[in-house]
Amino acid sequence: MTETIENVQTQANRNEALLSVRDLRVTFQRHGEKPFVAVDGVSFDVRPGETVGLVGESGCGKSVTSLAIMGLLPRRGVKVEGEVDFQGTDLLRQSDDQMRDRRGRDLGMIFQDPLSSLNPVVPIGVQVTEVLERHRGMSRKAATPVAREMLDKVGIPDPERRLKDYPHQLSGGMRQRALIAMALACQPRVLIADEPTTALDVTIQAQILALLKDLVEDTGTALVMITHDLGVVAGLCDRVNVLYGGKIVERGDRHPLFASPRHPYTVGLLGSIPRLDGTRGERLTPIPGSVSDNLPWDSACAFAPRCPNAIEVCREARPELLDDGGGRWLRCHNPVENPLEVTR
Amino acid sequence: MLRFIVRRLLQMVGVVIVLSLLVFIWLRSLPGGTVSAMLGDRATPESTARLTKQLGLDQPLWVQYGRFVKRVLSGDFGLSTGVLPGRDALDLFLSRMPATIELSILALIIAVAAGIPLGYLAARRRASTLDNLSIVGSLVGVAVPVFFLAFVLKYIFAIQLGVLPVSGRQSTGLDATRVTGFFVLDGILTREWDASWDAFKHLILPALALSSIPFAVIFRITRASVLEVMDEDYVRTAESKGLATSTIRSRHILRNALLPVITTIGLQTGGLLVGAVLTERVFSLGGVGDALATAFTLRDYAVLQVLILAAAVTFVLVNLVVDILYAVIDPRVRTR
Repeated sequence: MTETIENVQTQANRNEALLSVRDLRVTFQRHGEKPFVAVDGVSFDVRPGETVGLVGESGCGKSVTSLAIMGLLPRRGVKVEGEVDFQGTDLLRQSDDQMRDRRGRDLGMIFQDPLSSLNPVVPIGVQVTEVLERHRGMSRKAATPVAREMLDKVGIPDPERRLKDYPHQLSGGMRQRALIAMALACQPRVLIADEPTTALDVTIQAQILALLKDLVEDTGTALVMITHDLGVVAGLCDRVNVLYGGKIVERGDRHPLFASPRHPYTVGLLGSIPRLDGTRGERLTPIPGSVSDNLPWDSACAFAPRCPNAIEVCREARPELLDDGGGRWLRCHNPVENPLEVTR
Repeated sequence: MLRFIVRRLLQMVGVVIVLSLLVFIWLRSLPGGTVSAMLGDRATPESTARLTKQLGLDQPLWVQYGRFVKRVLSGDFGLSTGVLPGRDALDLFLSRMPATIELSILALIIAVAAGIPLGYLAARRRASTLDNLSIVGSLVGVAVPVFFLAFVLKYIFAIQLGVLPVSGRQSTGLDATRVTGFFVLDGILTREWDASWDAFKHLILPALALSSIPFAVIFRITRASVLEVMDEDYVRTAESKGLATSTIRSRHILRNALLPVITTIGLQTGGLLVGAVLTERVFSLGGVGDALATAFTLRDYAVLQVLILAAAVTFVLVNLVVDILYAVIDPRVRTR
């Protein structure tokens, strides 16, 4: 199944994709400072009912990618190039008002910190109904039962009472459920989840992920999952894009990617998480260095300074994202040939 | 909520008791005194001694305070010795109060009506011409002394242009019916619209002068607060829901940004009283502030005590209202 899926997807089935990001490039330009390229030519597709992961460390450009898709980046000082195709429209060419019409209706988004992402002085119910009022033209009164139903659907007990509650009266997991209810109130075709479980307890994390998975499968929503947590990816994503320094460095289907990561960065990410089935006392292998050691992508591989596999060419020529012929896409001059025997 | 209000009112009683003692002692420790102020140059040792005894000022302080408290509890704050000699101090305060309240309310309305929208706009258009101009304007508002601004306004609009009255609370020729002592309100109650309008015109210049400092403070706090709230995650969430700009502004930005502003408005009432002393002087409004200044010069203990305690009670009451308002807007305060 892994043989041709990527080829098929990028060639023939491209029209099938609900959301198609092509060569997205986001540059921050501060007055008197060197422009900073946060996202550098990122392309990926998401199909209905599918979950695609964007994985990487902080600063790799994954959140900026999501904000660019949503049209939530500020206009001043930010240059967004490329194409974000949604059902035949390029979202990057839409006006502010057109995007305002789409956000919440066609595109939903949930954020990392559920407490700070909810307005503290507005009842939960109003924060759900206001989306319906805006996009469905419903009155507050008509929208309230729909909001109650949404809260029920995302697993909030006693939704009638919770409608009148304020965010501080809810637990962390409840708040994230409420945020999901808001994002899904108008049944958007695409849902972007930016680190939705990072601020939650591990047990709650699993519940929220299961909920997202169910909702995506039931409604055929396309889910873009942005995370640094490979555990989240392993449990949820159909396909995975690993980002480093604003570029995708490895892409593949979930199972093969976890079984045989080929980019040294992906190998490093997998090696730096603890495993239950590992030998007791086994040491974790961190990736040496930090993102700030990056080389610029234009004349080298940005990961080279931290890469155990780096060879001379890595510091002299930029690697391109190439299909290895087996459905795996790699941006690496010297990929790992015999990857760790990972059997997740 | 009711328990909260009752508790605060009880606290206020404590504040008043402590303050009355402090004011009492503090006033009597000031150099000079009622007797020398009343007698002036004609004072002889005999007349001084006689008047001192007559006013009970020869008694020890604690005896004087005991008498004062006893009389106050029966509603007697003593007689004025300087502002309007022989007049009941409480009466005098009550007759002067409406002018000051009218002035302060209008000044506060101007400060809020200008400060909040301008503060919001300045924040939304940070570093624009509007933003920079408003910042300079608010600095001027704080820096220029109120009495100077009052004189300038009076000179330009009343004396040079002649569009607004020079001084007083109402034109002298006007035959207006008095009901509450609030001239603008009286005119409305009796349907004497011209009297009401005339009284209002008399208030415009003093209120403008008085509003300068609260305006500047409210503007600054609003601007800073909006800037902070605009970067909050929940505003980004509201944007991600595609809400209309007006909804985001009122429900998500202003509702949160106004919380510190409301607190500030409460604290400004203290400053308004200080400003009222000066503006009432310049525009001869004959309000409480004017009486306060005169009472100080003449060491009119009875009047001073009433005025200072009334000011304290007002301050506490206004801040109680502010706290209630705060709890209405912010649910996190309510459940605490």
